[in-house]
Amino acid sequence: MTRLRLGGAVVPTFAALGFLFLLVPVAYTVLFSFNDGGKTNLVWRGFTLDAWRNPCGAPRVCSALVGSLQVGAVSTVVATTLGTLLAIGLVRARFGGRPAVDLLVFLPMATPEVVLGAALVSQFLSLRLPLGFGTVVLAHVMFCLSFVVVAVKARVSTLDPALEQAAADLYATPWQAFWRVTFPLLLPGIGAAALLAFSLSFDDFIVTSFTSGGFTTFPKFVYVSATRGIPPQANVISSAMFVLALLVVLVVQVVARARRR
Amino acid sequence: MLRRSRAGTALAGQPPAPAGGRGARRLLVPGVLYLGVFFVLPVGTLLATSLYAPVPGGELGQYTPALRWQNYPEALGAFWPQLVRSFAFAGAATVVALVVGYPMAYVIAVRARGRRTLQGLLVVLVVAPFFTSFILRTIAWKQILADGGAVVGALRWLHVLPPDGRVSATSAAVVVGLTYSFLPFMVLPLFAALERLDPRLLEAGADLYAAPATTFRRVTLPLSMPGVVAGTLLTFIPAVGDYVNSSLLGNSTTTVMIGQVVDARFFRLLDYPTAAVLSVVLMVTILVLVTAYVRRAGTEDLV
Repeated sequence: MTRLRLGGAVVPTFAALGFLFLLVPVAYTVLFSFNDGGKTNLVWRGFTLDAWRNPCGAPRVCSALVGSLQVGAVSTVVATTLGTLLAIGLVRARFGGRPAVDLLVFLPMATPEVVLGAALVSQFLSLRLPLGFGTVVLAHVMFCLSFVVVAVKARVSTLDPALEQAAADLYATPWQAFWRVTFPLLLPGIGAAALLAFSLSFDDFIVTSFTSGGFTTFPKFVYVSATRGIPPQANVISSAMFVLALLVVLVVQVVARARRR
Repeated sequence: MLRRSRAGTALAGQPPAPAGGRGARRLLVPGVLYLGVFFVLPVGTLLATSLYAPVPGGELGQYTPALRWQNYPEALGAFWPQLVRSFAFAGAATVVALVVGYPMAYVIAVRARGRRTLQGLLVVLVVAPFFTSFILRTIAWKQILADGGAVVGALRWLHVLPPDGRVSATSAAVVVGLTYSFLPFMVLPLFAALERLDPRLLEAGADLYAAPATTFRRVTLPLSMPGVVAGTLLTFIPAVGDYVNSSLLGNSTTTVMIGQVVDARFFRLLDYPTAAVLSVVLMVTILVLVTAYVRRAGTEDLV
């Protein structure tokens, strides 16, 4: 057994350094939410809970957060619905156009965000659509959609079609068969896809900056503030989201484990 | 009886599932329409915009539909260094991410195998950066790599940097930032590929007197190739177009990437045709590179 442990302790050491690399900026962001740094928050000046006590204390930081949450929620619902239908259709349908649809789903993922942003804003400008919340949601649904398809497709292909056949044999309508059999079996995949879509939308900057006009999301607020100095409240919000997301993941894992038993 | 006959036709090679055939095809319609309207059409508009001509005597930002093909040589002549640099930086970041990410994925998938809690925890650590703002983490790097910071001090002390050397506002800082930003996209597919690896194959390698390094080169690495291909693509593609790292961690001359140029042309100079030309060139180049790479690596089923 010892022989196949490649490199003894060398590999885990390298891996540990990799994890450190990944987590240092996260720790830095959290640490500086406690900094008594005033408005710029560039150097460590001492510990304070001021920003945590007053997370909306900096101008416009909370309205930007609300903007991001709204965009994320609407985009996630729409992208997850469209993407789930598309994924089921792609696995089940038998027709000649499938490679074309596969390509259509793959292309947005193989296109850098700056190109997506430039293409969308050209389209919106030529249609004379005013840039704002609506155009940001339209754009976010587009780039989340492909990721939802990929995540849900993996789950659909593990489904046994005989289960729906059995439901039909028991006189379930296709609608009943979907909601009582297919949907519950797909739910873990759909849930993972929705979480992915939300996190992609919530943290998106490049496509948002192209399509948002005067509308501000949280990442846009942080980027725009970077030249003048980012208020510690931004670190507070980001740290709180981090803790919240960790809790969600932990709860999901614990629930999944309890189910397995 | 009707149902029985349907099962009969299913045996004869007809779609077995109730949702198969036309019903399933209908499920595709909304998603395909959406991507048609908000992906294909905008890319078409982008292509058209790349050939627009300025309105004679018009104001800044006024263009008229045309087939002005000179836009291409003009834009490429002016911005080829930024274009080449974007591919070079993204390539370097992808290689570094592969070298850093492979041991991480290997430890999670192979060393921690069977220990579910540890494995779950390590996967959470890989995705944890996604839970804090991408922009804030990039700014954290800016501060960590700043001239008075510990990293620069240590590098000077080790004589990696000359006494007045700096990291901030250099190409190295941008590549570090790009590597960092997309490292989880490298680790996750590698982990997925390595997790499917049958440990008995590694034992077989050892039983046949292969050195661990040989087993790795001949068994582990080839079997993890789908993960390597997916991970490198998921790192490389967003890195080429990124302009957050180069604008926050770089300087305004020698580290400018193509995304910054597109952004500035579009919003500050209202030079839509040039921005569109550069976007089209970026997209086409990436598609050509990705196709060639996927063909060579022999993993066509990425979607």
